[in-house]
Amino acid sequence: MDSVFRFLVGGLFVSAFAVFGTVLKPKSFAGLFGAAPSVALATLALTVATDGKSYAAIEARSMLAGAAAFFVYAWCAMVLLYRYKPSAKISTSLLLFLWLAVALTLWFFFFRMAA
Amino acid sequence: MYVKLNLAALSETKPHEYAIRFLFGGLVTVITGIIAKRFGPTVGGLFLAFPAIFPATATLVAAHQRAKKYRAGIDGTARGRDAAALEARGASLGAIGLLAFAAIVWIFLPAHPAAAVLLAAAAAWLAVSVSLWRLRQILR
Repeated sequence: MDSVFRFLVGGLFVSAFAVFGTVLKPKSFAGLFGAAPSVALATLALTVATDGKSYAAIEARSMLAGAAAFFVYAWCAMVLLYRYKPSAKISTSLLLFLWLAVALTLWFFFFRMAA
Repeated sequence: MYVKLNLAALSETKPHEYAIRFLFGGLVTVITGIIAKRFGPTVGGLFLAFPAIFPATATLVAAHQRAKKYRAGIDGTARGRDAAALEARGASLGAIGLLAFAAIVWIFLPAHPAAAVLLAAAAAWLAVSVSLWRLRQILR
């Protein structure tokens, strides 16, 4: 039941931000909404309700590494698409592995080693 | 360059394209919760900034641009990929805004009302992202 509720809340938040990205022009501005904190808002609101504020704050601290990895991901996607013009679907999907690698590396050095 | 509202774009988006975003958003939120439960909040938190719907968004942007050029009798494959690159450039600035969002939640959430902190963090994301976008326009 908890998962169904999470699914609905997450879907609604992501869809709401995606609508902004759809109706705004120019594309570079609309692209800002591609990195909107939609999943974060949904998850943190639910986490505060179920596990408390301190638990959610720890998640937010790790989110710093995820956000830095998102920057690297989006930057690489931009360079790749401009210069080499690969398929948008394949290149942006494969680059998710880069996001994972960067996020886990940052997490390991800044949060796990510090713990 | 000014920011404009193009409500007609809503009707250009097909129902299944809205459904895909809803599905990905819902799935990532569920998976993030499962990862946090299994591996703890320090690992789960990473996935709060997972670019879950970006591949779907970039694919849709490229497809729409390609279709637009095709209707004009031009092969728009390259233009579609340029449009996806522009989307990625915007997302890279939005990701810097995400850093501000996360920092505000991390610092202020333990001692302040959750709703106020989340709203302030979302406002900070918007302010930082838009400011960086504007700065780039000026410096270009």
